[in-house]
Amino acid sequence: MASASDIMTTAGGTVASAKEVAEAAQRKDTRNRWYLMLPALVIIMVAAIGPLFIMAVYSVLAKGDYGGVTSALSTDAWFSVVLERDIFDDTLSFADAHMTVFWRSVRLAGITTIFTLIFGFPTAYFITTRPERQRDIWLFLVTIPFWTNLLIRTFAIQELIRRDGVINNVLTYLGIIDTPIQMLNTDFAIGLGMVYVYLPLMVLPIYASMEKLDFRMVEAGYDLYAGRLAVLRRIIIPLVKPGIIAGSILVFIPAIGAYVTPALLGGGKKMMVSNLISLQFGQGRNWPLGAALSITLMAIVMIALMIYVRNASRTSSRAH
Amino acid sequence: MASAAAVEAKGVTKVFGAGQDAVRALDGVSVTIRENEFFTLLGPSGCGKTTLLRLIAGFDFPTEGEILLYGQDIAPLPPFRRPVNTVFQNYSLFPHMTVGQNIGFGLEMLGKPKAEVEARVTEMLRLVRMEELRNRKTSQISGGQQQRVALARALAPAPKVLLLDEPLSALDYKLRKDMQIELKRLQHETGITFIFVTHDQEEALTMSDRIAVMSKGHILQVGAPRNIYDHPAERFVANFIGETNFLQGELAGTAGNKANVRLTCGGAAIAATLPEGFAPKEKVTVVVRPEHAQIVVNGTRATLTGKLENVVYFGTDTHFHVRLEDGNEFIVRQQNSRTNPHKFTQGDQAGIVIDDNAAQVLRD
Repeated sequence: MASASDIMTTAGGTVASAKEVAEAAQRKDTRNRWYLMLPALVIIMVAAIGPLFIMAVYSVLAKGDYGGVTSALSTDAWFSVVLERDIFDDTLSFADAHMTVFWRSVRLAGITTIFTLIFGFPTAYFITTRPERQRDIWLFLVTIPFWTNLLIRTFAIQELIRRDGVINNVLTYLGIIDTPIQMLNTDFAIGLGMVYVYLPLMVLPIYASMEKLDFRMVEAGYDLYAGRLAVLRRIIIPLVKPGIIAGSILVFIPAIGAYVTPALLGGGKKMMVSNLISLQFGQGRNWPLGAALSITLMAIVMIALMIYVRNASRTSSRAH
Repeated sequence: MASAAAVEAKGVTKVFGAGQDAVRALDGVSVTIRENEFFTLLGPSGCGKTTLLRLIAGFDFPTEGEILLYGQDIAPLPPFRRPVNTVFQNYSLFPHMTVGQNIGFGLEMLGKPKAEVEARVTEMLRLVRMEELRNRKTSQISGGQQQRVALARALAPAPKVLLLDEPLSALDYKLRKDMQIELKRLQHETGITFIFVTHDQEEALTMSDRIAVMSKGHILQVGAPRNIYDHPAERFVANFIGETNFLQGELAGTAGNKANVRLTCGGAAIAATLPEGFAPKEKVTVVVRPEHAQIVVNGTRATLTGKLENVVYFGTDTHFHVRLEDGNEFIVRQQNSRTNPHKFTQGDQAGIVIDDNAAQVLRD
């Protein structure tokens, strides 16, 4: 425990100057903060960096016959991420099957991010402009989806949109349609499910940013002849940009690895990158390829985010 | 100096909330602000002065009544279509823009060509003496500098009327004094009508061409600083601006705006000025500013007499607190003189002589 005497002795028995005492206290303070961070640090080391390291190692080993890896070094896995060897004549071709899967996942994550932003931004604005007492209720409503298990929620959406589901039945009953609309197992269903799942992750960070926004800035904008759109574009969006960036990252990263939603709502007809990877560790029995694909996915995510963040921060500090 | 009306408020009422929580922030306010005038709305917090400013700016809309800008009703215009600009109390500078971008924003929104905007920004920076800070972020400059940027930003589009919402209240005393002079200079140089909101009576007296004193959603009196100070028409105005002595009396006779008032205490008759719209009545209250009376030694012919309870030295002047015969206190302020120092001490009996025409009758 820190005490005054500790600090005095560090100054070597002589009378410590105020500066020395302050510096010692500062050091002690910094050290204490490290202790506070320790549990999180340990978890990150064990649960994130450790497996990552293992993946990196596995990706450069030869595959075992029944899954797992052997101790022999091999570049086969990385090779087959981008290239395919024909099983009959051994000619090499670009592994466009893998690329298609990657592109499909990136595209889905991108579309999900855009739509959650389109729906989430006005929602956050609405909540921010409510009287203070009401805001908590609205925020609570936004987080309700988190209360139930993802699988159950996804089945519930299935129930709503399938051929003889609630929506089709109601529309038929009302006479608006006479043949049921095919919604389940379409791209629309995947999009709907994804936007629904990730919307809170977009709303909450934007709300957090917007809540700090001084709405007198908006009045100042109006006062200086900015119309509603100009105020939105030149004042509100730049000022809540940190929230938009945080929300986009929070949506994009998990969305790119989405597994349950595309499988259950898209009918599993189109393979996502997460399906591809899990396949390698399961039936495919090709752990090194799975590891290499995982690392490739991570690289794609990181590059995409770097480009995004750089562009976002550039537009906000646009020169006059 | 008869000039056109820049802003006219006609029977403006603003009610916030509804039912039992309804607050009448403004209650039938009518006032005319002339072109090129430095007009001040003065009053304590909650008197409705900022509400009136916000109605002119267009951030709120009047519940009743209308506001005319150069004779045109501005009710249908949203704030971004009104040729008025505001200097906000907290400045509300855009933190994501530089000083130059802040100043140019209004012109840019008006669709002015870039070269014109740049030239005007340069001109404005020179006007507020901040040329070298053009490319700084607004968070990197001091409070006084932010104040100047806020002014330059509001003046850049050359508005017909500039609204200033307590712009000096966040500055320290010395800076505030400098800015008062600066504002007056800017108003003179630009020739723009300034509507200035403040609760600081000294600020209002030094800067304004005319002052409107407000209380509880009403305008009590409008006039030049000197007129407001020397001839307060209402008790609130007399109290809010400067120090005042109140005396009771009876109206002995009137002629035009002059009256003869017999004071209840001591029975002496004094000449006093009547306020505008005075409804004749017998019992009246008269106010006398502390510096409009002289303290004299006992035995001299005096208007009032009493016991000197306190002599307070203020450097430039001395305050004499006299307890009158009827128990009320009367304060006399006298400038200190090195050649002729006063000879009064606490406990003395003393007389008070009120200057000619210094007394003012209140309306209420």
